[in-house]
Amino acid sequence: MSVTTDRLDRANDADQRLGIIDTDIHPYMKTPRDLDPYLSARWRQYLSEYDKFVCGPYAARGTYPRFSPNTCRRDSWPPDGGLPGSDVDFMREQHLDASNIAVGVLEPLLNANIARNHDAAAAFCTAMNEWQKQVFYVPEPRLRASILVPQDDPEAAVKEIQSRAGDPAFVQIQLGSKTSEPLGRKRYWPIFAAAQEANLSIGLHIGGTQSSAPSAGGWPQFYMEDHHMLVHSMQNQAASLVLEGVFERFPDLKVVMIEGGFAWWPNLAWRLDNHWKKMRDEVPLKRPPSEYMRSNLWIATQPVEEPENPEDLRQVFEWIGWDRIVYSSDYPHWDYDDPRTAWRIKLSDEEERMLLRDNALAVYNFG
Amino acid sequence: MLGGAIDCDLHPSVPNLRALHPYMTDHWRDIIVQRGLSELESIAYPANSPLTARPDWRPEGRKPASTLDLVRTQALDPFRIGTAICNCLYGVQLLFSEDMGAGMARALNDWMVAEWLDKEPRLRASIVVPVQNPELAVDEIERLAGDTRFVQVLMLVMGDMPLGKRLYWPIYAAAERHNLPIGIHAGSSYRHPVTPLGWPTYYTEDYAAQAPAFQQALSSLICEGVFSKYPSLKVVLLESGFTWLPAHMWRLTKFWRGLRMEVPWVDRAPADIMRSNVRLTTQPCDAPPDRAIFQRLLDHMGSDELLLFSSDYPHWQFDGDEILPDGLPDGLAKKIMFDNPRATYARLTETV
Amino acid sequence: MPRHVVATTTEIPAGTRKLVTVRGRRIGIFNLNGEYFGLFDRCPHQGGSLCLGLTTGLVEAPEPGTYEYSRRGEILRCPWHGWEFDIRTGQSVTDPESIRARSYQVEVAGGTEVIERKLVAETVPVMVEENYIIVDV
Repeated sequence: MSVTTDRLDRANDADQRLGIIDTDIHPYMKTPRDLDPYLSARWRQYLSEYDKFVCGPYAARGTYPRFSPNTCRRDSWPPDGGLPGSDVDFMREQHLDASNIAVGVLEPLLNANIARNHDAAAAFCTAMNEWQKQVFYVPEPRLRASILVPQDDPEAAVKEIQSRAGDPAFVQIQLGSKTSEPLGRKRYWPIFAAAQEANLSIGLHIGGTQSSAPSAGGWPQFYMEDHHMLVHSMQNQAASLVLEGVFERFPDLKVVMIEGGFAWWPNLAWRLDNHWKKMRDEVPLKRPPSEYMRSNLWIATQPVEEPENPEDLRQVFEWIGWDRIVYSSDYPHWDYDDPRTAWRIKLSDEEERMLLRDNALAVYNFG
Repeated sequence: MLGGAIDCDLHPSVPNLRALHPYMTDHWRDIIVQRGLSELESIAYPANSPLTARPDWRPEGRKPASTLDLVRTQALDPFRIGTAICNCLYGVQLLFSEDMGAGMARALNDWMVAEWLDKEPRLRASIVVPVQNPELAVDEIERLAGDTRFVQVLMLVMGDMPLGKRLYWPIYAAAERHNLPIGIHAGSSYRHPVTPLGWPTYYTEDYAAQAPAFQQALSSLICEGVFSKYPSLKVVLLESGFTWLPAHMWRLTKFWRGLRMEVPWVDRAPADIMRSNVRLTTQPCDAPPDRAIFQRLLDHMGSDELLLFSSDYPHWQFDGDEILPDGLPDGLAKKIMFDNPRATYARLTETV
Repeated sequence: MPRHVVATTTEIPAGTRKLVTVRGRRIGIFNLNGEYFGLFDRCPHQGGSLCLGLTTGLVEAPEPGTYEYSRRGEILRCPWHGWEFDIRTGQSVTDPESIRARSYQVEVAGGTEVIERKLVAETVPVMVEENYIIVDV
């Protein structure tokens, strides 16, 4: 199946609503053994004995307890059982159809790309990629998969990218906002080279594999702080990608920053430009940092900023650039954004089309 | 420009550790000599990096801002500064030895009194505290609080733990007791890499990463309930930039609406707490290139009481005499240069 | 305002709720220890189905590190973003004056009274020996 502007327009004609592209939907497994069909005997055995051996304190969950089970909307648990995001029929009914989603990009956050055992990570990523395709894309082609890669083993990561390139089930390469090192570092460049060559964008989703302190000032006490720090890690990644010259070396590389907020973008652009002017002998970019942000970075809307004066949001969108912003729901997570109610400002028809659909079409290759 | 302004962030520099020898106990002086310790400059400001000192503020053969004469002729006189608060950045908080840190902080503060405050009536200073050990930090505050030329307690934005943690509260209690704001300056004790992703390639990235570090520190102070426990405490963010503040206010307030059960002592919107208890200095201002955008951004902050004038001398944040961010309305400039600093630093209006 | 009979009291025991639809509007009827309250099933924030949320108590703190937990079962958290609302008033916990869920007046009447007052009972069969929950919509 191919999704083009024409097809989306037909969806629009059909029910007078815009066929929306949602860049952030989280799939879950029905059982912890759902990867087994896609794993070799060795890695099935490993998974059953050691599970996903992550960087962090707990075996079966994240470091900070959330404020809802599985980090999910309380109304997203499928009536027939299983975790939210694990039942395609219910996802279709509750989200895809209800919100007129024409394409949804899957963002598994299930520790396939662990940063400790790199061989396990490579096997898990391959398996989870196949799982996304068979369990979600095949029955519901509106759902498109992310290519998960073992980013700490770039050679294996490139192999995985090359094996998926050209398959319409896969529309981006997923990386996390918390990596073992800042993503602009040269160790990651083979991944960017492969992405550019395959014309696949990078979906840089908050979270990730690294679990040293979530702030440069140490471990906070509360989940509320940790949740917020994910936003900061995205700022650090944006600065790294730009300043370390990734976009100079890979000018066609597209990076979508997902679930990291966006109102910080203008400030980061101004700050980088102002200081780069003084220290450009250290950072030999040809253009000011803000220009790379405007040419190679995109931002996904969720969790949307909620200024005290709603109209301030319009200015933030303008300062970032309307063409840089794509819609994301984060379904089925608790901080989900509804495309109809997430922003309290009235968008023009053109602005709405850009945010909900057209900008994403410029980034992703839906085949 | 309006003469007599209050500069809330000026950095006299310690020529070298030897300059502090007269202010050390015999024990610490002998120990550091025996161990070959001659310098405590932090990597936050490499001596010759452009940011560390403006090109025209680099004297031949001496450290920038290392003598009173330099500070007078390059900052106080040309900018017609009425009062300047000295925030001395010297790596005493970076030492792992808590006792050595306390010994060095003590020497640094006494050096500040003897070499600067006693000689130049326009100067005030922050008490540098050994944050490695909050008990020793409180001792240092108590030792110096009687001297009203000390107007603030100085900490660095990145330490062992986020700054709101209860371990640090004795410092905040002492500060509130003595009417001293807590000044949080850019910089790190380097207990952790400078980004939560590890060490970046470039110094420029380190400096850019200070802004999210300030955002984290501010979240921590609010979520941990520092301002609920110490409602009259003022926190001043120094060399933090400020154009990130509206985005940060909005987001913390948004998360608070859904997660406040975790921090029930936060009984007001975080944005309101920031407006009542937090202040930020004007350099670096990380301003947008467009004046109209800058005006809108000031509106987004929702208060004209948040900003405090600063030069950040000798750091290279502006050229010529463009010490004020371009595009500040006149009325706001006056507030930033006089009224807001006086409202923040109670001790500035007390007679010395 | 027309009054609608939406349920019998036995259908909503203390500590439970029932979602009813009246004139096209979904309304959650909550029983707090024998007192009944009605809330519009739409969160004023982003429109989540508020009445599917978890009920909890009110967590307050006279100072950091203390937790006073009261009014168990009387606070409703939206299933989406966790905003808290007072079931008695519809007021939000973080901003009671400006952010509130729409609330409806709920009363209890016996079957005889329902028949005598000719209240609207489209979906609930009325019998004299039952007690009924009536919502003003």
